[in-house]
Amino acid sequence: MDRERRILNRAAALLVALPLLLGGCAALKLGVMNHAGPVAADEWHVYLILAVVLIFVAGPVLLLVPLIAYHYRISNKGDAFRPDWGFSWPLEILIWLPPIGIVIGLSVLLWSATHRLDPYRPLPANLPPIEVQVVALDWKWLFIYPDEHVAAVNQLAIPVGRAVHLSLTSGTVMQSLLIPQLAGQIYAMAGMRTHLHLAASRPGVFRGENTQFNGGGFHEQTFDVIALQPPGYRRWLTRVRAARHPLDSRALARVTSRSVAPRPDFFSSVPPGLFEHLMTASTQDHAR
Amino acid sequence: MSAPVWPALLGRFAWDSLPFVRAWQNPTINELIGAGAAAMVVVGVVFVVLLLTRLDRWRWLWSKWLTSLDHKKIGILYVVIALVMLARALVEANLMRLQQAVAIGNPGFVAPEHFAELFSTHGSIMIFFMAMPFLTGLINYLVPLQIGARDVAFPLLNAIGLWLTGAGAALMMVSLVIGRFSTGGWSGYPPFTEIGFNPGVGPDYWIWAVTLGSIASTLTGINIAVTIYKMRCPGMTLMRMPLFAWTSLCTAILMIFAMPPLTIATALLALDRYLGFHFFTNALGGNMMNYANLFWMFGHPEVYIVVLPAFGIYSEVVSTFSSKELYGYTSLVIATMAIAVLSFTVWLHHFFTMGQSPSINAAFGIATMTIGVPTGVKIYNWIWTMFRGEVRFTTPMWYALAFMMTFVLGGLTGIILAFPPLDYVVHNTLFLVAHFHNMLIPGTLYGMLAAYTFWFPKAFGFRLNERWGRISCACWVLGFYLAFMPLYVLGAAGMARRTQAVMETAYRPWLYVAEIGALVLFFAFAALIVQLWVSIRQRDANRVFPGDPWDGRGLEWSTSAPPPEYNFARRPVVDQPHWFFDAKRKEAPYAPPAEYHDIEMPRNSAVAPIIGIASGAVGFALVWHIWWLAILGMLVVIGTVIARSFVRDTHRIIPARAVERTERGWLEAVAKARPIPREIETSPANQGVALVTR
Repeated sequence: MDRERRILNRAAALLVALPLLLGGCAALKLGVMNHAGPVAADEWHVYLILAVVLIFVAGPVLLLVPLIAYHYRISNKGDAFRPDWGFSWPLEILIWLPPIGIVIGLSVLLWSATHRLDPYRPLPANLPPIEVQVVALDWKWLFIYPDEHVAAVNQLAIPVGRAVHLSLTSGTVMQSLLIPQLAGQIYAMAGMRTHLHLAASRPGVFRGENTQFNGGGFHEQTFDVIALQPPGYRRWLTRVRAARHPLDSRALARVTSRSVAPRPDFFSSVPPGLFEHLMTASTQDHAR
Repeated sequence: MSAPVWPALLGRFAWDSLPFVRAWQNPTINELIGAGAAAMVVVGVVFVVLLLTRLDRWRWLWSKWLTSLDHKKIGILYVVIALVMLARALVEANLMRLQQAVAIGNPGFVAPEHFAELFSTHGSIMIFFMAMPFLTGLINYLVPLQIGARDVAFPLLNAIGLWLTGAGAALMMVSLVIGRFSTGGWSGYPPFTEIGFNPGVGPDYWIWAVTLGSIASTLTGINIAVTIYKMRCPGMTLMRMPLFAWTSLCTAILMIFAMPPLTIATALLALDRYLGFHFFTNALGGNMMNYANLFWMFGHPEVYIVVLPAFGIYSEVVSTFSSKELYGYTSLVIATMAIAVLSFTVWLHHFFTMGQSPSINAAFGIATMTIGVPTGVKIYNWIWTMFRGEVRFTTPMWYALAFMMTFVLGGLTGIILAFPPLDYVVHNTLFLVAHFHNMLIPGTLYGMLAAYTFWFPKAFGFRLNERWGRISCACWVLGFYLAFMPLYVLGAAGMARRTQAVMETAYRPWLYVAEIGALVLFFAFAALIVQLWVSIRQRDANRVFPGDPWDGRGLEWSTSAPPPEYNFARRPVVDQPHWFFDAKRKEAPYAPPAEYHDIEMPRNSAVAPIIGIASGAVGFALVWHIWWLAILGMLVVIGTVIARSFVRDTHRIIPARAVERTERGWLEAVAKARPIPREIETSPANQGVALVTR
C-alpha cells in the first residue's frame, strides 16, 4: 500500500514536471520575459522589482499558516491553550503597519512606472518616430504607413532601433492590440484614436494579436511584427511598393469584410486620409 | 437562419432554433454536443416531473417549499439552484479546457461560435447563478438565526428575490434548448453585443437573465440590511454580532449600491437593441466606454459581494475549529467595512488599456493596492486565531487553510495587475483568467463549500460524511492548482483569453496540465455528490438533533437541528458576543423558558412563484419578440402586486401548545444525548451536544 502510494506520488510528480522539461520555457519565449524592445524590457524590469517585494508579502503567510495550524493541532497537548485570548496591540500594529508601509512604497514605484511607461508617451529618440496607423478589422489588422503611402494586412514591419508610433482605431467592434515582446496593449475603438509607442532593439519576428474577443475569427487574428535592420526595412518598403497592388475601393471592401485573412497582404498605395476615413466610417453606419 | 414558424404567435422562433434540428441537419460533433446538452436539460426536467408524480410529492413541494416564506427554506432553495448551476458551468469549463487542449494547430471539435457561448454562459452562470444564489442562500439561512430573529424583515420580498433568481437561471437553461446564448462573454461588452454585430437572440438571453438576477440581488440586499439593522434580538449590539453577520451586512450594502448600475447598463443595452437607441453603439454618438464604466461600477464591488460572505464564513470556521475566540474582532470589522468602501473606488482597473491619462491609471492602481491592506490584515487575523488554540482538521478547516495559502497567491498576482504597465502586458490574457479564478475559487467557492459542510448538520439534522468531504476538498485544491497555475504561464506568454483554437504549439504542455486540472475539479464535484448520497444513506448514524455538533459559538447553534420554523421559542437575550459558547461553560444553555407564547409567522404565499414565473415568461418573450406574451406576463406581475397589497390576512399563529410540544421534544433529546469531546466530533458518537469543561 505504502509502496504503491509512493509510486503513485512519483508518477504524479513526474506528470507535473513533464511539461517543464518538455519545453515549458518555449512558451515563455513568446512573452514579455523574452523582451525585444525598450518598452517591454522596462516593463519586465518593473515586474522583477515587484516580484522581489511580493516575496516578502506572501512569504510570512505561506510559512505561518501551515506552521501555526500544525503546531497548535488539538493532539499536541504540550502547548499553551488560551481560548479567550483575542487581541494584542503589538500584534495589531505588526499586521497593519507593514502592509501599509509596503503599499506606500509600491505606490511610489507604481506612480513613476505608470508615467514612464505611458503608452501615449513618445520614446526618447533622435529621429522622429516611424508613423504607423492601425485599423482593427474583423478579423485582421490593417497597418497603414502614411508617410510611405503603403499598407499591409496582418504584417507590421519596423526598423530595428527606430521609435515607432502606432495610432489605432477600429473599423468594427472594440479590439486590443498586443505585441508581448515589444510593448503592452491598448484598445482600438471605432470613432476614436488611441496611441502606442514602441521600438524593437533587435531583429526578429514577434507575435502580435488581438486580445479582445470579437467573434468567430478571433483566434486567427494574429500577425507577425518583423523587426528588420534599416536596409532590410527599406527593401521591404520597396518590395511592397513594387507589387502594384493598390488599396482601391474593391480591395478595401474585401479587407473590411468580416473574414479571416489567410496570409499577409500588401498594398503598394493607399488613398490619402484612409485612416481618418475608416475611423469615422463605422460611426456613420446607423445600423451599428 | 430559416424563416420564423408562426411570427404572430411565436415571434422569431424558427425550426433551426432547436439544437435537435440543427444536429439532425448537420450532424457534426459540435452540433451533437449542443443537442446532447439540450437533451440533458429536457431529460432532467422530465425525470424530476416523473419522480415528483410517482412519489406524489407535488402538493408537498408546493405547500412546504415553493410557497413557503420561511427564510431557512428559501435559503436552502437558493443553494439548490447554485449547485445545479455549478454542475452545468463546471461541465462547460471542462469542455472548454478539452477543446483548447485538443485544438492546438487544428480547429478541435467545438466550433468558434459555440465555444464563445460556452465561455459566456460559464462566466454568467458562475457569477450570477452560482456564486450569488449560493451566498444569498447562506445569508438567508444563517443571518436571522445568528442575530436571534425569527425571520427576515421582508419575508415575501425574500421569496420574490428567490423566484426572480430562479427565473434568470431558468432562462439560462432554456437557452440551451431553444436558440443560442450570447457570445459576448459574461461582461457583454458592446458594440459587439449590439444589434449591428449580433442580431440573434443570444445577447437578449444574456440581458434578460442578468437583469432578473440583478433585480433579485438588489431586493435581497435591501432585505438583509434591514433585517440586520432592525431585527436583532435584545442585547445583540452591532459589535456583538458574529463576523458572518457583519460580512453579510457589508455585502448587502454593496448589493444595494452596486447592482443598480448593472441593471441600468443592461437596460440601456436593451434600449439600443430593441428600440434603436444609441447609448453604446458606434454610430450617432453612442460610446462603449460608458458601458465599460457602468458595468465595472457594478463589477468590481461584485467581486467583494461574493468574497466578503466567505470571509465571514472563514472567521466562524477558523474560530470554531481552533476552539478559540476570533483574534482581532474589531479590526476584522473595520477591515471588512474598509474593503466595502474601497471596492467602489477601483473599477477603472478593469480597463487600464482604454487610453486614459497615466495619472488616472496610477490613482486607480494605488487604490487597488490599498484594498490589499485590509485583506492582508484579515488573513493574519485568522492566523492569530489559530495561535494558542486547539486546531481540529475537519473538512471546513481544510477549506479555510487551503483558502489562506491559495488566496494570498491570487493577491500577489492582483498587485501585479494593479500596476498599469504590467496590466498592459497581461490584460485580456489567460493571466487575468488565472488571477480571478485564483481569487474566486478559494475566496468564494471554498468558502461556500466550507459553509455547506459546516452548517449542513444544522439545516438537515445530520452530519455530512467526513471522508468524502476531505476527498472532495483535496480535489478542489489539487484541481485548482493544476488547472490555473499553467494559465499564469500561458498568459505571461501572451495567450489571449477566449481563444477557441491555439495556433502556438509551444503552449501545448501547459494546456495539457490545465486539462488534467479541469478533470480533477470535475471529480471534486462528483465527490461532493457522492458525499451527499453517502451521508443521506448513513443519516441515522450521524444525527445531531440537539443541534451543536461542533461546539459552536453563535446563536444558530443554540437551536435544534434543523431549527423549528419559528427559530427560537423565546427570543434570546444576550449580554456578550458568542453568548451561547460562554453559556455552555458558565450557565445552563438549554434551560426551558418559564412559559410558552403563541408565535406569529408569515403565511405561505403563491405571490412569489406567480411573479417569478411571469417574469421569466416576460424575459423569454422579449428574447423571442413574442410581444403578446411579454405584455401578458407584465400584466400578471403588476396585477399580482396590486392584488397582494389588498390581502390583510398574511400571518398565522403557531399556538403556545405546539411550541411547547416541539421544545419539550428537543430538550429531552438534548438531555438524553451524550456530550462528546472535540477529538471524536467526526465520529457517529457525535450526537450534537458538546462536552465542555466548566
